[in-house]
Amino acid sequence: MIWKIFTGFLLSAVIVAVFLMPPPQKALGDVSRIFFFHVPVAWVAVLAFFVSMVNSILFLSRGDMLFDIQAASAARLGFLFCILALITGTIFAKNTWGSFWNWDPRETSLFILILIYGAYFALRSAVEIGERKASLSAVYSILAFLTVPFLVFVVPRVYQSLHPTESVIDSELRFQLPLPYFLIFLCSILGFTLIFIWMHKMEIFLYTIDKQIKKE
Amino acid sequence: MEIKSSSWISKAFWVFQKDIKSELRTRYAFNALVMFAIVTLTAVSFAVGQFSSRPKLISSLFWIVIFFSSMSGLAQVFIKEEESRTVNLLKLVASNESIFLGKLFFNLVLLFLLEIIIIPLFLILLGVGVKSFGLFVSVVILGTIGLVCSTTIIAAIVAKARVKGALFAVLSFPILLPLLVTAIHGTNLAIEGSKFSQGWSELKVLISYCVVIGVGSFLLFDFVWRE
Repeated sequence: MIWKIFTGFLLSAVIVAVFLMPPPQKALGDVSRIFFFHVPVAWVAVLAFFVSMVNSILFLSRGDMLFDIQAASAARLGFLFCILALITGTIFAKNTWGSFWNWDPRETSLFILILIYGAYFALRSAVEIGERKASLSAVYSILAFLTVPFLVFVVPRVYQSLHPTESVIDSELRFQLPLPYFLIFLCSILGFTLIFIWMHKMEIFLYTIDKQIKKE
Repeated sequence: MEIKSSSWISKAFWVFQKDIKSELRTRYAFNALVMFAIVTLTAVSFAVGQFSSRPKLISSLFWIVIFFSSMSGLAQVFIKEEESRTVNLLKLVASNESIFLGKLFFNLVLLFLLEIIIIPLFLILLGVGVKSFGLFVSVVILGTIGLVCSTTIIAAIVAKARVKGALFAVLSFPILLPLLVTAIHGTNLAIEGSKFSQGWSELKVLISYCVVIGVGSFLLFDFVWRE
């Protein structure tokens, strides 16, 4: 219970600090404040994918249906955070480079993650029997995770010839961030991760209650 | 034909032979593959014509034709087992590894046959002169092996779901994306005439993709096929 209150205070403090302090990158102005929300949300989206994959492996090795529910709910939350990262990234791109979407490597990887989540949900909705749904979606989740290292290597190489990527601006912000901004950034990442864990636990809790009600 | 106890590799070969024989009788999957490829190729040729001065366009169109043809025809290998209800009999006779290997080899042969037909047509219709043919052939072979490695297990997943055709393409695309991007890039280099050493990094990525996905799908097939 305590950590939920702590999360609430932490994220409120982060939001207040982001808007009260002067913008981190003076050249870009106010829009660079979005960095404090965009990066943590994208990080949580990737983390959710990882959590889903680990739960899929646990399900295949142990057979407990709870792992499947955990994997599916992590995927749902990951999808939500992906959409948030996409929206914040698009706003940043429009204000900085003038166009909404550029097929930049980072943007492309985010889009591919959305495709993987979409395919995962399409598979889950196409199978009716619970056991079969669980094992098939677990296999697909692991297969999708196997391709991620390739994307990390392949995508930057192909799009290298285009305009500079976000990472130029990101590394400037990150490595030259003065201490107060760095602290706010760390708190923001921590806060969003805690929110993900909170929402995940809530979904599992709802599932277990539902199962107990159905038994009686 | 006596059924003697034999190693799983010979059982895999036996599954492959059975699939080839049944395919030769009906030619259903092969017809679907070839007709789809020819239709797509014709559409591409009408649209692009002889503008062979755009190698990037040519290489991506080539892999689009191959990808969508495999989407139309490669899922048959498991779907026909489900539809003719021979799944349980197959499981009794051969172990999971043999079934997977046999079907993978069958898909490989099918796709290679398709490419032997399509590649000359493609090069003639679009008027493309491939300058480094060795690199081109290596990219095509490795790309095909990688494509078949991933689509076979996804075909097994889809065979147990509803809406099989659409779901197959939706599931395959994210998995195949690194392979397609690398193969398109490699084909592009081959058409422009790069030396083998320049295309070596794409070949390395293709080889590692084939190995990782091949081994991964081999290990995961058991979980798809058990019940």
